[in-house]
Amino acid sequence: MRANSESYNLIITGVGGQGNVLSSQLIGQALVRKGFFVTIGETYGASQRGGAVMSHVRISSKKQLSPLIPKGKADIVVALEPVEALRVLTIYGNPETVVIANTRPFYPIEVTSGNEKYPGEEEIKKTLESLSREVYYIPATEKAGQLGLPILANIIMIGALLESNLLPLRVEEFRQTLENNFRGERMEINLQALEEGRKIIWTERTKSFMINPEK
Amino acid sequence: MGNGREKASTSVICLDEPGKELLLMGNEAIARGALEAGVKVCTAYPGTPSTDIIETLAGVAKSMGIYVEWSINEKVALEVAASASFSGMRAICAMKQNGLNVASDFLLSLNLIGIEGGLLLVCCDDPSAHSSTNEQDSRPFAKMADLPLLEPSTFQEAKEMTRWAFTLSEEIKNVCILRGVTRTSHARGNVTLGALLPSNDRKVYFDKERQRNTHPVHQKHNQLHKNLLYLEEVLATSPFNQYQGPRQPKVLIITCGSGWLYSLEAVEMMGLEDFVGVLKIGTLWPLPTKTIVENLQKSDQILFVEEVDPFLEGNVKEIAADFSRQIGPKAFFGKRSQHVPFYGEMNSDRVIEALGRILEVRYQARDPQYEAKAAEVAEKIIPGRVLGFCPGCPHRASFWAVKNALQLDNREGFVTGDIGCYALGRGPTGFFLLKTSGAMGSGTGLASGFGKLAPFGFDQPVIAMCGDSTFFHAAMPALVNAYYNKSNLILVILDNRATAMTGFQPHPGVGMNAMGEEVTPVDIAGVCGAFGAKVEVTDPFDLPGTEQKILQALEDSTGVKVIIMRRECAMLKMGEEKIPYKVQVDTRKCVGEDCGCGRLCTRVFRCPGLIWDPGMAKAKIDEVLCVGCGVCADICPGKAIVKEEAK
Repeated sequence: MRANSESYNLIITGVGGQGNVLSSQLIGQALVRKGFFVTIGETYGASQRGGAVMSHVRISSKKQLSPLIPKGKADIVVALEPVEALRVLTIYGNPETVVIANTRPFYPIEVTSGNEKYPGEEEIKKTLESLSREVYYIPATEKAGQLGLPILANIIMIGALLESNLLPLRVEEFRQTLENNFRGERMEINLQALEEGRKIIWTERTKSFMINPEK
Repeated sequence: MGNGREKASTSVICLDEPGKELLLMGNEAIARGALEAGVKVCTAYPGTPSTDIIETLAGVAKSMGIYVEWSINEKVALEVAASASFSGMRAICAMKQNGLNVASDFLLSLNLIGIEGGLLLVCCDDPSAHSSTNEQDSRPFAKMADLPLLEPSTFQEAKEMTRWAFTLSEEIKNVCILRGVTRTSHARGNVTLGALLPSNDRKVYFDKERQRNTHPVHQKHNQLHKNLLYLEEVLATSPFNQYQGPRQPKVLIITCGSGWLYSLEAVEMMGLEDFVGVLKIGTLWPLPTKTIVENLQKSDQILFVEEVDPFLEGNVKEIAADFSRQIGPKAFFGKRSQHVPFYGEMNSDRVIEALGRILEVRYQARDPQYEAKAAEVAEKIIPGRVLGFCPGCPHRASFWAVKNALQLDNREGFVTGDIGCYALGRGPTGFFLLKTSGAMGSGTGLASGFGKLAPFGFDQPVIAMCGDSTFFHAAMPALVNAYYNKSNLILVILDNRATAMTGFQPHPGVGMNAMGEEVTPVDIAGVCGAFGAKVEVTDPFDLPGTEQKILQALEDSTGVKVIIMRRECAMLKMGEEKIPYKVQVDTRKCVGEDCGCGRLCTRVFRCPGLIWDPGMAKAKIDEVLCVGCGVCADICPGKAIVKEEAK
């Protein structure tokens, strides 16, 4: 992992209304507390209105970076919707990009209407893998549904991101930021979601360790 | 927060902890800068990407002892802010680029009138028109009004410039303008807080010895230009203008605003630090002539990197012409030479492209194989994602009723649109109904005109549609115009109880002000009825009732008819009350393609909460997205979509 480099380019993507902006803000706040320079550029006109949205989160130990990641320079893509991961990779991906993708599709209205086709699960997986170094699949919406609030998928994804050690940010440090933003019951449920996300990565890792002890 | 809800991030804005570093949005940094300068009165009409400035200040109004208002439009906002300035207080007025057009009428008098307390006008432009009807550059307004203009390049600078702008404004006794763009105003970055100005005990009063008007015009116009000459001197030493790079670069980039970080990054990514220098200009008007001339002498190839129009480009060239003997011939590159596109946002890639062409340097973002694969995936695999109304949005039902009524009426009637969420009515989820859209309130103004064309043979019925906030902002005068001039039109007011598009700010009809205080709401129906319009109020979720009211209005070919379609925005309701209906598709009744309805629900109605199950070949509810409004149950001809009152 590269949690000790000088700068990181993270893209959080999804569909308007999935809590994309809040996710990037929380991660940004936590990293600024840790002394990093963070710049976040976000698409927002489409928020809440079903469009594709993304936040560019740029982290540097040296300087304030520009709000937009240059072409092909994303290190990490966190996608709250699987096809949105693909969309982002086609512009910002490179062979070393790591992807953390929610597995739950949200169909565009043009797909629902039958005018366009949504790719099948296997095709999505194959394509994601061909455009990245590694892909973590997270059933975040499903797990969030089990917690009773599908919107928590974003926090589950953050849990997975932190557990994957791709960012110079520890879970305890992020918890502090959550506490600054949520209180009481809201805080409890967010903490649970964070743990759910961590657990998924942790389980995956144990599995691969079992199958291939060399790794 | 706009409606009294406190955002967690808001309260940090008033921390009295100089030196503390925070992640702030550029607009929040501007708000903080205003607080550090001791601002007392803050006004705006909401408009992306500027809204968060006043929204942030509204959230701390009580604790900071300031007055904050959402004004009815930008011109009134500037007038309210000016009254505070005339009384000796510092005031800020924020708007988006289109808003400056509205405010400009007063601004171009106010510059001659002059001010007392520091007055800052912040205008945020939206390059690429992410959330706008145009890609307007507001900077020429500063030149037109002969007023100083600042443009920050970083979040920290947004705060520092804001604070300093009040001092500058008081020094020249005139308005100071600060320009943001989407990627400086609506992006986030590190900001170190400064000290809050302790409040002074200066008496707040209007000096009756002075008449605040534009006369004598010649003398005051002359004074404006003298101010500009004085400012050129002052700005020559401003820390907001700085050069970074070799002593004699092969190319000198002259940039401002968001272009600065993009330029530095492009130079670094191409490894051209020893060949390319970057001059950042933070004081855009008047330009610091001395600084520009000094830097122009460094190189004979100049590249301009700026957002929207070639403003720096044109004005620097003017200076270059004035000093041509001193600086010699130059090759200028930028928008006019088409090294930088005329349209759209700037980014590092665009700077790389321009530098590559000038210096004949090759830069490859990715290997060609990856590039080819990415292009193939983008073209063949990824479906588009057009914007549409949210699940449960009352607008979808309103547009449905209007569509059906116009079809039944069958006289080629059409709809003139306006600015707000419902502008999406030009697309599939509004059934492509909106045939015109322009400025705020233009739908009603245009309809007022169409309604007078009958003597020339025009026989199509016209329906104008506008939102509740837009009604107050600019549709009201157009509606009075229509009544006074005996025009024939229908105005549908989509009253969703908020300025929804920009984040649910309250407006005069809501019953709450920017600071969360209860106020007497202005009744839209009462306003329209008072001058004689025929007014009907309907709930858009009552589809047959709404359709009936539109049909009746269409049959009445005399005068001004107003139909208020009133239902709260689905987003406002979210989390506040239980879902009204449990909606399901009865798979025995839904026969999919065989129904004869042509998949009315998924092909025409198009709610994101209602999807198509290709396996079953039937409609299906996406339970994660459905908010249970139940409208789809009413449009299904086969009664296969079933709504039950939720427990």
